[in-house]
Amino acid sequence: MTALSATLTDAATMSRRQLRHMVRYPSLTLMLIGQPILFLLLFVYVFGGTLGAGLGGAAGGRGEYLNYVVPGILLMAAASVSMGTAVSVAMDMTEGVVARFRTMAIARSSVLTGHVVGSMIQAMLSMAVVIGVALLIGFRPSAGPGAWVAAVGMFALLCFALTWLTVAMGLVSESVETASNMPMPLVLLPFLGSGFVPTDSMPAGIRWFAEYQPFTPVMETLRGLLMGTPIGGSGVLAVAWCLAIALGGYLWARALYNRDPSK
Amino acid sequence: MTTAPPTPAIAATALRKSYGDHLVLDGIDLDVPAGTVFSLLGPNGAGKTTAVKILSTLIGADSGDVRVAGHDVARDPDAVRAAIGVTGQFSAVDNLLTGRENLMLMADLHHLGRDEGRRRVADLLERFDLVGAAGKLGSAYSGGMRRRLDLAMGLVGDPRIVFLDEPTTGLDPRSRRSMWQIIRDLVDGGVTIFLTTQYLEEADELADRIAVLDHGRLVAEGTADELKRLIPGGHVLLRFTDIGAVESAVRILGTGVADTAALTVQVPGDGGVRSLKALLDRLDDASITPEELAVHTPDLDDVFLTLTGHPSDDAKEAVR
Repeated sequence: MTALSATLTDAATMSRRQLRHMVRYPSLTLMLIGQPILFLLLFVYVFGGTLGAGLGGAAGGRGEYLNYVVPGILLMAAASVSMGTAVSVAMDMTEGVVARFRTMAIARSSVLTGHVVGSMIQAMLSMAVVIGVALLIGFRPSAGPGAWVAAVGMFALLCFALTWLTVAMGLVSESVETASNMPMPLVLLPFLGSGFVPTDSMPAGIRWFAEYQPFTPVMETLRGLLMGTPIGGSGVLAVAWCLAIALGGYLWARALYNRDPSK
Repeated sequence: MTTAPPTPAIAATALRKSYGDHLVLDGIDLDVPAGTVFSLLGPNGAGKTTAVKILSTLIGADSGDVRVAGHDVARDPDAVRAAIGVTGQFSAVDNLLTGRENLMLMADLHHLGRDEGRRRVADLLERFDLVGAAGKLGSAYSGGMRRRLDLAMGLVGDPRIVFLDEPTTGLDPRSRRSMWQIIRDLVDGGVTIFLTTQYLEEADELADRIAVLDHGRLVAEGTADELKRLIPGGHVLLRFTDIGAVESAVRILGTGVADTAALTVQVPGDGGVRSLKALLDRLDDASITPEELAVHTPDLDDVFLTLTGHPSDDAKEAVR
């Protein structure tokens, strides 16, 4: 068996392990998927009427706000899943079985790859549920098949990046509690961007942050793909941010996992 | 010499490790020939688990040369990992997987292939008496079952060297016996065993050679018998019914330590049948009959006490 196929085999084995964990412990997955749905309903039905009026579109009101807010909710879903990743990685590291893996001649990072694959599946599930519920309550995207594929790809790329970042966060945390707190800013980032209201309605300082933070181009790209709004430079920027975060997260996670646990 | 000595399964020289200011292993040397059982014996906190962690490549040593299965643990850890199986305190089972799934996970990670993996897993479940529990989650296993599953997982890759870190700590006597039998069967199969234990009895039962670890240093090494010979010989304890008999016995035997309060006389001796008979004959000639007789041969508890100057923390537990 070549080194590459051995690495892939081990990654697949660890991914199956992760899937079994998700099936055996479904409450975590349900909570992670449920959270963005709650926010979707809250924002559309509680704040949606007022916020929609402020968008200044022709239709106005709740329906228009729903169409506006879906990309923000999707990023929340991605952040929520990555929070779960950090928690489950931190939990895993407290288990003796990971020590066993370290004393076996297997592809070193396959445990982490397993977590990433598991989280990616959760994330895609979460996206399907968010879109499904949104469509049920009146979300009317204008995207054609090509744009849908691109939107799913954009979302997957973002989740891939966030997952590697939060795997590292899970590894660097001394406890499961820390691991659940550390990714918290990710859940707030959609608010401090164009997720829930347009950035041009914000005061100068916040607006500056909102326009330059990584989630905004991703949300603008998703919005453009789903609703046909102009994307401009956001697409390239979004992909670049995701690749940078993914690479940084991967290298950080790998270094953390490879360090001597006694040091 | 016409043949080179065989490569030892485990060899360490001047192995040192500290956690911060705390020195855990203070320059220990180990030499375990292939196919033998070596036991590292010591109380809690002596550094046993740290030694296993270093030998099994889980953590690095601060200094020292360590070779397992002929490979340097620092330079070629994967070659070491391919040759060993680890079981014990820090190693564990996956609680969210069933017993069979845990074993299949190991089979997959050893790239055994589907059929060979299934065959090996079925065989191990059978051998370790886990067939009935194969479908239960790891979290639902009892202590003894968990240890057996843990050991079985370490054996899926058919390792030539097996590390057992306190394999029976916390087990009831019956589970302990069954674990001992499993270990003996492994030895019969030619596997080298590195066993740590805090039970003196366990090292005595299983090990070819025993090293006594105390505060990070090896204070003695040898076979159980060699260790027992390190300490002063045994004695025969005679108990009498009255003080007169005690005094007469000491006078007649010309040796022995009398305890007038307990009405006993302690006579040096190895407790052999011949010397016992001679002893009793001399008393009998003087018409003195002891009420009670006890032969005390040195055990590993005495060894530990003599070597370290303090009793092993669990001496009481070991003498059941």
